[in-house]
Amino acid sequence: MTSPVLSCQEVSKSFGAVQAVRRATLHLEQGEILAILGDSGCGKTTLLRLIAGFEHLDSGAIEINGRQVSGTTAHVAPERRNVGMVFQEYALFPHLTVGQNVEFGLRKLPSDQRETRLRQVLDLVQLERLKESYPHELSGGQQQRVALARTLAPRPVTMLLDEPFSNLDAQMATRMRRQVEAILRAGEIATVLVTHNRQEAFAMADRIAVMNAGHIDQIDSAAEIFGSPATAFVARMTRTCDLLPCRHSGGVAYGEAGDLPVVDPGKPLEEDASVDVLVHPEDFRAASDEDGDCVVGSSEFLGDRVMLYVQTASGFTVRCSHTLDEQIEPGTRVSLSSRRTGPFIAFQREC
Amino acid sequence: MATIGHSIGSVAARAADGGVFRRMWAGMPPVVVLVPALLVGAAMLLPLVYLVIRGSGASDEAWRLLFRAQTLYTLARTLLLMASVTLISGAIAVPLAWLTVRTDLPFRRVWGVVSVLPLVIPSFVGAFLYISALGPRGLLQGAMQGMFGLERLPEIYGLAGATLTLALLSFPYMLLTVRASLSNLDPATEESARGLGCGPLGTLWRVTLPQLRPSIASGGLLVALYTLSDFGAVSLMRYQTFTWVIYQQYESAYDRSVAAVLSLGLVAMAAAVLVLVHVSQGRERYYQSNAAAARVPRRFRLGKWKWPALTFCGGVSFLSLALPMAVLGYWLARGVGLGEPLMPLWEATRNSVIVSGMAAVATATFAIPVAVIIVRHRGRLSRVLETTSFTGYALPGVVIALALVYFGANYVRPLYQTIWLLVFAYVVLFFPVALGAVSSRLRQISPRFEDAARGLGRRPWQVLASITVPLLSPGVLMGAALAFLITIKELPATLILGPLGFGTLATAVWSASSEAFFARAAAPAMMLVLISSIPMAFVLAASGRTRE
Repeated sequence: MTSPVLSCQEVSKSFGAVQAVRRATLHLEQGEILAILGDSGCGKTTLLRLIAGFEHLDSGAIEINGRQVSGTTAHVAPERRNVGMVFQEYALFPHLTVGQNVEFGLRKLPSDQRETRLRQVLDLVQLERLKESYPHELSGGQQQRVALARTLAPRPVTMLLDEPFSNLDAQMATRMRRQVEAILRAGEIATVLVTHNRQEAFAMADRIAVMNAGHIDQIDSAAEIFGSPATAFVARMTRTCDLLPCRHSGGVAYGEAGDLPVVDPGKPLEEDASVDVLVHPEDFRAASDEDGDCVVGSSEFLGDRVMLYVQTASGFTVRCSHTLDEQIEPGTRVSLSSRRTGPFIAFQREC
Repeated sequence: MATIGHSIGSVAARAADGGVFRRMWAGMPPVVVLVPALLVGAAMLLPLVYLVIRGSGASDEAWRLLFRAQTLYTLARTLLLMASVTLISGAIAVPLAWLTVRTDLPFRRVWGVVSVLPLVIPSFVGAFLYISALGPRGLLQGAMQGMFGLERLPEIYGLAGATLTLALLSFPYMLLTVRASLSNLDPATEESARGLGCGPLGTLWRVTLPQLRPSIASGGLLVALYTLSDFGAVSLMRYQTFTWVIYQQYESAYDRSVAAVLSLGLVAMAAAVLVLVHVSQGRERYYQSNAAAARVPRRFRLGKWKWPALTFCGGVSFLSLALPMAVLGYWLARGVGLGEPLMPLWEATRNSVIVSGMAAVATATFAIPVAVIIVRHRGRLSRVLETTSFTGYALPGVVIALALVYFGANYVRPLYQTIWLLVFAYVVLFFPVALGAVSSRLRQISPRFEDAARGLGRRPWQVLASITVPLLSPGVLMGAALAFLITIKELPATLILGPLGFGTLATAVWSASSEAFFARAAAPAMMLVLISSIPMAFVLAASGRTRE
């Protein structure tokens, strides 16, 4: 097995009292696309800026192709890392044309090679004809492609994309996402993508790192993350779900939705512990029942389905996804029954 | 200077070692920026430090002079003038700002431009024009004698004349700051107030004006400091403020350290004004920096109030611009008629343009590294540098010039009596103006551009040359234009530091008008106004562009 293109070991960074990144560890293989998924302000952009060398880390180490670039005693300047970063706001130089922007990182090449490479990357992003335009004359999607071309031009060891599609409307974002992925895959370029959008992460990435308040809770393939989330946070981040408070005993969770068979996400559950059971809207069915403990609080029409917000006796809300003919009027008393065949995942509460 | 050089050297050496000292170096700006910025900081402090040294070495006699009753009267007169000028400027500037930004005043844009034009008239030019027009036996009296047989008009000299002159010529400083913040104000807050049942006047009073308070305060600060450091108008109006007394001491007294001691008193006063404004602002910010509001606010309909509003704007513009310019034209015609020699005019013009041009280029150029540090490398160093760089605002020209005269005569003889020392004084005085323009431009440039350039393989100094400076250039030009505009109007430092026989337009106007040769003063005064109009036009055009 080859050594990873990029590796972060226990990287931490604070800004004053705020710990932006806490002991983050990740490895990136050749040609792999890794998504860092997290809420805004969770430290994912800081981690990217640490990798690019714009910030100095407090502890830990970052290696690129086996060479340490950031550590507690050494820091390689950003211009000497050969890491390509695409910024959220693109940061195209407004005083330079598209061509000059793309050539900006090619200054060390002799002029004929520079020309060739310029044509190559502009061709790749299909912007050859806009070479003489200025950034403000371009649409959002075109600016995005110029930013990508400019970053690709010097053949970086790894690409860092910071929320690259967040400034585009939904349709354009989907189109650009597919184009960008095709380009990255074709070039087998190792890429770290930072995003708050789970669809984006699932669609593009080979693996996903879920970041929670500066800490990476889980790194795994999309399927693993989706199917067996390591923490309640990861579960919430990746899929619509509710965390039902229950008491655990002998592999069964006792709560307001009945007795549910449960498994742990890796760490064994203690006897008689308070747990949160991960339930998805497909897991329960509400049935009209005059003696039921629950009541339908409200419902949301989703087109092909309807989402019921069912309130338990204690006031907890469980979402149930029903077909249109299973619609129940708000205010109706109901009881819940599980539709799930396998066990649920339960997370033990931290006291 | 040598110590600073030494400490930079040792920091660099330690950084090269890497290891323990790398942390220290991590947030440090690149040397190409750091060295010139530190030089600027040292230059800004030089006059003040030297003045303190000089003052502490002054005789007991000098110190006793500072605390005698006469000084107290000077202090009281200065304070009185400062308060009256600031209040009247505010009374002109705030309504004018509101009328030209937020109402449907007819010819709004024209008034907007006309109202800032008095900035091209230096205070000493304004003073001699008001004296010759409104003085006891001035042009107005002459006209009224013909019609009504009026023998004398009331005295203009003293507080009334000085206040009139300074308020009418300095209110545009306040107008500009208030207008900028008024056009950046988010109209949503006003609309919310209206939605909550507050009437248009109530909204103006309870929502708009409170939000303008920081800008009114900082505009008022500019006017107060302008008044405090004015020398030309108060001298011609024979109103003895600190600057006038200091100049008299310098010109006549045997013991020159008296002037140094008095200067320290003036500096203390300026510092007190700064602290007062700072404290009164509390936790509010000086300038609201939210980017231009997304929507154009609905304009207040003046209705029948249109006529009083127009009268107000017309009256202000008449007094502050039309009247002085008409009188100037009259004296110019008289002067040409009398056959005043025009030859020295060309030499004075050339000298004015050369020294002002040098000062403008130097301030704007040095503003770049200082702006980079105070905007991009926030930290203790940048805070110290920022405070130091703005000392010029608080230091009156008389004070700087005196300090540099002593310093030049005692330590740098070769520069004494050369234009270099004069240009140096201008740089210290007007550096804040250029720095303000350059740093506000830099704040609008996303640091991501610089990050992107480094990510693409450029060294910090290459980033500076290929990205930062080209993007900054509108701010640098603006800074240079403003510095030129102010420098060419400068009087006391030019009088004190100008080499023997070196006449500028300002000194030509001064020497003629202080002896009431108004016809002789008219030609250089007109030239001064015309030349100042060029950078003024540039500033107006540039700020009009950014507002779009």
